[in-house]
Amino acid sequence: MRIKLDNLTKNFGSQTVLNHIDFEDDFSTLAIIGSSGGGKSTMLRIIASLLEPSSGQVTLDGRAAGSRASDQLDYRRRLGFVFQQNGLLKHLTAMENITLPLIRVHSYEKEAAVQRALQLLDRFGLSEEGSKYPSELSGGQSQRIAIARAIAPNPSLLLLDEPTSALDPEYTIEVLDMIRELKEEGRNFIIVTHEMGFARKACEKTMFLHEGKILEYGESNELFSNPQTPALRKFLTTLLEWNVRQ
Amino acid sequence: MKFPGVFTLFITDKNTKPPAWKALINLTIIIGAAALMVIVSLKRIDVKLDYSFLPGVTFRLRKGFEMTLILSICSLILSLLIGMVSAAAQNSRILVIRYLFMGYVKLIRGTPLLAQIYLFFYIIGTAWGIENRILSGILILSVFEGAYISEIIRGSYLSMEQQQIEIGMAIGLDKAGILREIIFPQMLARTLPALTGQFASIIKDSSLLSVIAVTEMAQTMREISSLNFKMFECYFLLAALYLLLTLPITYFSEWLERRFGYEN
Repeated sequence: MRIKLDNLTKNFGSQTVLNHIDFEDDFSTLAIIGSSGGGKSTMLRIIASLLEPSSGQVTLDGRAAGSRASDQLDYRRRLGFVFQQNGLLKHLTAMENITLPLIRVHSYEKEAAVQRALQLLDRFGLSEEGSKYPSELSGGQSQRIAIARAIAPNPSLLLLDEPTSALDPEYTIEVLDMIRELKEEGRNFIIVTHEMGFARKACEKTMFLHEGKILEYGESNELFSNPQTPALRKFLTTLLEWNVRQ
Repeated sequence: MKFPGVFTLFITDKNTKPPAWKALINLTIIIGAAALMVIVSLKRIDVKLDYSFLPGVTFRLRKGFEMTLILSICSLILSLLIGMVSAAAQNSRILVIRYLFMGYVKLIRGTPLLAQIYLFFYIIGTAWGIENRILSGILILSVFEGAYISEIIRGSYLSMEQQQIEIGMAIGLDKAGILREIIFPQMLARTLPALTGQFASIIKDSSLLSVIAVTEMAQTMREISSLNFKMFECYFLLAALYLLLTLPITYFSEWLERRFGYEN
């Protein structure tokens, strides 16, 4: 998957969250890290075309989101997006959450959609949860179903916005395990995360966003073992302060 | 807290349904007490209820009952339309429309229905030649209830979580799809119980149309009682007939609330 950011800028009022970012590279799995307020989620939302940039554009494998509603719709339909939390439609069961986009957006027959949903639920150990409403699911189950929904139509890229930051540690593990599985089956994804271990070990490349700019970027292992900028060094040291293994 | 022996008959745990027999005992006590209160009160003012006039008036009662139903159902439909338009209009980008409907809701909710009925019927109705009392009644009642329904719908829209709409975008639905698959069903679930409750209000409020001589249930009862002077009998009966309509609706509303209660 080739991603290209051209002069990407996003302002909220007088605040500049992304500041004239130019970037281009190939990746299969990419982690975006950085301190809160550094523009990570904003960038992911713009890549997902859920948010329009103030200027500039995103191109994925040569296709830009564009500014026309119908183009944006086409663009979004090739992506899967997972929210930080409460990412399921509350009035639908887990199963219906997965089948709705398949039927309404990707023109599956109802039968085929249900088959696909059952297959995914079964594969991720969620068969028991199919008939439950989001309010009856644990945070971890909700997230895994949201991921299942996002990958059900086989998107060319999966975008995950801090999928574990609202979860207890044991649920975090089950969600991260699931994402690693997706990597192993060759899916492309971009994940915004605070799980540095996951970024380092499970993501091919890592991008460090700081004050609206891409401050560092590279092979994950290299970036974590050899931080070049004081900002990244400080960020990593702060995160490691309470690490058990130190 | 621990309650000794016999008191447990009257106590239940928080947030749990008491067993049927317990409910029955407690309900019997309340209904018994209320009935006793009425009977004693009637005794003290020396009234004996006498319903021997009933067979002679059943036809008129049925007509009145039907008229109340017609008024209520027509007003329900019309006020729903008005309420939906008004709720949407208050979000309008065209300021004349927005302020018009904001003013409408404030004015109607801030003044008594009785005043509205008189003013509308005798000024606007007369000026514009709307002389049909039933039609006028339906219009007035719809305009009145529409303001309340408008607020129910607006409140339910405001309580929609923005992220639910974003999910719709993320899974690739277009605007119409988001409206149909997400906003509409979620608002319906939240609005339906309150709307059903409002229908009970419409039924009761329609009784005020008796002041412009629409012969619905209350007016019918007033006419009957002015002939036979059986005030108490007539108004007990009137109350009972309204309950006959509103109680099932209240239960239906509660059932809807449970049926669509996917959020708990």
